[in-house]
Amino acid sequence: MTPLLVAQLVLTLVVFVGLLSSAAAMVYVERKVAAFIQQRIGPYLVGPKGLLQPLADVIKLMFKEELRPRAADALLFGLAPIISATAAFSAFAVVPFGGETTLLGLLKEPLRLQVADVNVAILVIFAIASMGVYGIVLAGWSSNSKYSLLGGLRSSAQMISYELSYGMALAGVLLVGNSLSLTDIVHRQAGTWFGVIPRWFIFLQPFGFLIFLTAGIAETNRAPFDFPEAEQELVAGYHTEYSSMSFAMFFLAEYINMVTVSAVATDLFLGGWQGPYAESIGWIWFLVKVAALLFFYVWMRWTLPRYRYDQLMAFGWKVLLPVAVINLLVTAAGVLYFGL
Amino acid sequence: MASETVAFYLFGAIAIAASLLVIAQRNPIYSVLLLIASFGALSGLYVLLDAPFVAVTQIIVYAGAIMVLFLFVVMLLNAPHEDTEYDERVHPLMRPGPMRFGAALALLLVAELWWALGRGGDSGGFPAGAVASVGAIGRSLFTDYGFAFEVTSILILVAMVGAVVLARREERR
Repeated sequence: MTPLLVAQLVLTLVVFVGLLSSAAAMVYVERKVAAFIQQRIGPYLVGPKGLLQPLADVIKLMFKEELRPRAADALLFGLAPIISATAAFSAFAVVPFGGETTLLGLLKEPLRLQVADVNVAILVIFAIASMGVYGIVLAGWSSNSKYSLLGGLRSSAQMISYELSYGMALAGVLLVGNSLSLTDIVHRQAGTWFGVIPRWFIFLQPFGFLIFLTAGIAETNRAPFDFPEAEQELVAGYHTEYSSMSFAMFFLAEYINMVTVSAVATDLFLGGWQGPYAESIGWIWFLVKVAALLFFYVWMRWTLPRYRYDQLMAFGWKVLLPVAVINLLVTAAGVLYFGL
Repeated sequence: MASETVAFYLFGAIAIAASLLVIAQRNPIYSVLLLIASFGALSGLYVLLDAPFVAVTQIIVYAGAIMVLFLFVVMLLNAPHEDTEYDERVHPLMRPGPMRFGAALALLLVAELWWALGRGGDSGGFPAGAVASVGAIGRSLFTDYGFAFEVTSILILVAMVGAVVLARREERR
């Protein structure tokens, strides 16, 4: 085993643990921000300032009883949360979160801060996102309960509808960046225009960024697009019948998907790890940008009410998709004309 | 054996086994899932052929988009398990006529495969490495294979118009 290989294995482990703890941190942030917005205090009993609340939640979930409806399809019922969680974790594997580092001279060859450098990374993320739908659809179907089924059907319809706009927004960036590799795209965003404006693709693709964020919220089933689990109508949607750790896996998948969407948006539109002193502290810039996007997500959830389901569908097909297509056409024409 | 050979046989075995199990299932949901597994294995074969773009496209288009629609339809129609005596007796496809027709089609398929595989590699093909490049695929799709591409587009457009016509409710006057 070469030192580089060991370093890469350690990096993979770090990313895995990091994703797990980011989900825990997000649970805390979500509850605290929600409390702040609603003029409450939020969790404060467990640990200092309630910081150990996520840990307490996990322990509570672990000690709950694992329930399964008698009429459920046992195999698929067990498989569905695993599919969701696996898809959520694996999507992050191709996301680069920093430049190359030698760990302060410990390694001879530089280590790339990315689990797997795939030259079609953008498409891989898109593909894995489309696999994640199966977890939700199967959970809805195999539970053999009407709320679950309706939640699963809604979620598949919603994800199919918004995936198109999501893909179109991605295509705009890869035209501007002229590459399918996320690392290349981040490298293209180095430097500034006129010495002040950073060369981020958000300035070249402002509509693409808005479409990506909107479709990203719909893809991760977050409010105001959280129809698959609309409490007032569907109890808890596709995970109504789940309890204990299998419920925790869905919960985990939702938060990790949020982190992944924010990380991808950072790489595509916000310059990834580019910033002052990007050579040494690039990954900190990356984390700051991702944290800002995550905060935006939480903020949206507690500010906007849920739309009606037909409004969601009409918005996806009649507003977002046409705007995304026009954005793609204009981008393609621009790239052809100006030869970016 | 090289690891690539092992991977090839592994993916090939998964693809064949999953495809066979698709038609052996009585529960349509399991058939759909096994077909997805088969597509996944095919995508692995594309990776071994040094065509990552085709591999990922296979997942996005087939395993992602098309199979979700399949699953959607199966769930919405709530297609029954085909395991009752009634199904075996009454189902129109189980009558002797359609079964003979199916057998004839299967034989035809075997003959076609035999012919196609016997022709050898005179299909022109891509130069090595070109398959990996998205630009090369796009260029050949819109130049050399432009006609086939356009014909496919029209075919899909016809299917879409057909679906809309079938699904549209007649307005009552």
